[in-house]
Amino acid sequence: MTRDVVMATASVPTREEAWRIAAAVTDPEVPVLTIEDLGVLRDVRIEGQTTVVTLTPTYSGCPAIDQMRDDVLLALTVEGFREVRVDFTLSPAWTTDWMSDAGKAKLEQYGIAPPTHRAGERQGPIPLSLGVKCPRCGSLRTREVSRFGSTACKSHFECLACLEPFDHFKVH
Amino acid sequence: MTPQPPARDAASVAAAHQADADAVHGDVSVDELELQSELSGADATATPDVAAYALRLGDDALILSQRLGWWISRAPELEEDMALGNIALDLLGHARSLLHYAGTASGRTEDDLAYWRDEHEFRCAWLFQQPNGDFAHTIARGLIAAIWMQELYTALARSTDASLAAIAAKSVKEVAYHRDHAVQWTLRLAGGTEESRRRLLVALTDTWPYTDELFRDDELHDRLGDIAPRPSSLRGGFDEIWSAVLAEAEITEADFTNSKIGQSSGGGRHGHHSTHLGPLLAEMQVLARRHPGASW
Repeated sequence: MTRDVVMATASVPTREEAWRIAAAVTDPEVPVLTIEDLGVLRDVRIEGQTTVVTLTPTYSGCPAIDQMRDDVLLALTVEGFREVRVDFTLSPAWTTDWMSDAGKAKLEQYGIAPPTHRAGERQGPIPLSLGVKCPRCGSLRTREVSRFGSTACKSHFECLACLEPFDHFKVH
Repeated sequence: MTPQPPARDAASVAAAHQADADAVHGDVSVDELELQSELSGADATATPDVAAYALRLGDDALILSQRLGWWISRAPELEEDMALGNIALDLLGHARSLLHYAGTASGRTEDDLAYWRDEHEFRCAWLFQQPNGDFAHTIARGLIAAIWMQELYTALARSTDASLAAIAAKSVKEVAYHRDHAVQWTLRLAGGTEESRRRLLVALTDTWPYTDELFRDDELHDRLGDIAPRPSSLRGGFDEIWSAVLAEAEITEADFTNSKIGQSSGGGRHGHHSTHLGPLLAEMQVLARRHPGASW
């Protein structure tokens, strides 16, 4: 293969290549998860010479989305994609149902209890809580300390068996 | 901005001062800020009526967010610091989307709208301006706000305006947490100590008069038609949830309403505000106005 051919190949962006690179970008708050694991990466397409990546924020106010946008731009630029644009979409609204099983396994190993079930129907005004397994000792004897945790997507739990506190990635 | 050649008249001295200020703070002036594609994502442009509507809801979310942010480092326990901060962050996200969309009608950014409007240009209802008071006041205000927002966004998610529908569908999932938080605290305060119950009833007495304004229809809603639910149409759903929470808390309306205190006339939707909004805006806007275009 000649040098010219190699360069020509690198300069023609392909969607698959762009997706692979964008999908490897990680969540700055939960670095074991990629934006693909999270379901934040919604679409990659090639428009002429421009690679367009579409992301959706997890929660409306989550500041990590700006970092993810910058990281996607950087990752693609470093790999030779010259014209890159990141769009945002709010619809359909992000849900933890989009989180991959691999992502859930990584979360648990990292010490964060993954979402326990699929996002259900709207709850009544008097809430019920479901059992969440401690990611450290595996006990189901846990207690929700606060519905709001260290980031918008997590709640704060404590384990009544091993007595350790832990984060739970909320079903959303 | 091009520096002026040296001269002695007052205008050029002023220009020179401005150039010095620009050198320190950057030369971005508000009018020159580019309209960026922000989180609402859509390239859609709001009509003047839709923009006016989005501005009302955006201001409600923004002002309540600013109020709640005050609690950070001051809440009664660490978990509450995080909870109120998280709720404020969600609301700020809603405000950004709504104000961004509102700004598309007039070429203004979300920051222009948040920082460069004066009090009479804000369109938030009076409920959201009410002071934090003690913790019970914050909870009472949050309870009314969250029940209302959940009814509103549930209905608005069916809007014929795709951008408003998308923002509402996103927001309603988060407001569900806010309502849950307020309900849980209402039950704890009501069923806690004699003092916590007394304070909750005082807070409900002080806050309840600002409820009615949220449900008033006006000419904007007439014009919007299927784009937005009529505020009065949300009252039934609100009352149902409100009554259920009060029953669970063993509180009756007679415990916090009396014939001497009616409902506030409000006026926030038309720019007539309580005395509480001005000082809030002064604090919220001072940095952006003192250092236009500043960033970090």
